[in-house]
Amino acid sequence: MQVTVNGTVADVTDEVTVAELVAERSGGHDRVAVALNGDVVPRSSWAGTRLAAGDALEVLAPTAGG
Amino acid sequence: MATTDPAAPSPDTADLAPALGREEATDPFELAGETFTSRLLLGTGGAPSLESLERAIRASGTQLVTVALRRVEASSSGAMLDVLDRCGVRLLPNTAGCRTAREAVLTARLAREAFGTPWVKLEVIGDEHTLLPDGVELLDAAEELVAEGFRVLAYTTDDPILGRRLADAGCAAVMPLGSPIGSGLGIRNPHNIALLRDSVAVPVVLDAGIGTASDAALAMELGCDAVLLASAVTRARDPERMALAMRQAVEAGRLAAGAGRIPRRWHAEASTPMQGLPDL
Repeated sequence: MQVTVNGTVADVTDEVTVAELVAERSGGHDRVAVALNGDVVPRSSWAGTRLAAGDALEVLAPTAGG
Repeated sequence: MATTDPAAPSPDTADLAPALGREEATDPFELAGETFTSRLLLGTGGAPSLESLERAIRASGTQLVTVALRRVEASSSGAMLDVLDRCGVRLLPNTAGCRTAREAVLTARLAREAFGTPWVKLEVIGDEHTLLPDGVELLDAAEELVAEGFRVLAYTTDDPILGRRLADAGCAAVMPLGSPIGSGLGIRNPHNIALLRDSVAVPVVLDAGIGTASDAALAMELGCDAVLLASAVTRARDPERMALAMRQAVEAGRLAAGAGRIPRRWHAEASTPMQGLPDL
């Protein structure tokens, strides 16, 4: 199925979890935050949250900023 | 009087005056229930390297630095957080780039997840050219975040009325701009900053527009409790040197604000007595 991850359309396995996509994307960052369709997904819910076709996921990490 | 260590300050200058100055300059600063000795907040954006950022943070003496959240592909490496951890500074996540209250509230919630802090520098901008705050969206976001238990430090215009509305909404600090972000134009309306200072009971932090040390000193002389700056240090030719200049300017301005400056006069007033002037 297709979902959008950080603004890019991606083919993922059906019922992929947030935790799996974060592990794939976060490359070394541990202080990561995730939004699914405009709502925060708390870290404690990553493993139990499955994506559906058309979902939009944002995986965010700290950066320098004023 | 001989001293064995040539680097030691002479007893004449080491005792009273500098000690007094140091003590007063670092009078504690209460912010959102925490106590800081430094009144300089530093933004981490714009530094040419992590090494440069670390040297600037150490020279500035800051205890609170701002950070941001971006898509993981575009974010700094985890090494930035290692630097900040090593410096022992507290993190203040911002909502930079948000244009609506909805975006800013979501970003604050995400930052609370990522950084594990309810503190947020709330920033809702009106357009890309000026980066000026959108007061309507800002107040909406502040009310919602305060209700959710966030400690909101609101980046705002220098409008004393909006500042009061933000304080009334429960913001932990009101942070008026001196001039647009990154402009280095200093404090364009000192009168408004002083009015805003008198309008609210919460800390006032001059945020944005600082170009050089005298701007930071002026902010403190106007009664601000602290100064937040980024580009003025990180984009200076020598960030470490400018960071030290800002630290000393904030301390000098704080001291001057508490020292009771002389009134401005139209004409001169001699400090040397006229009495006893010889007839030559």
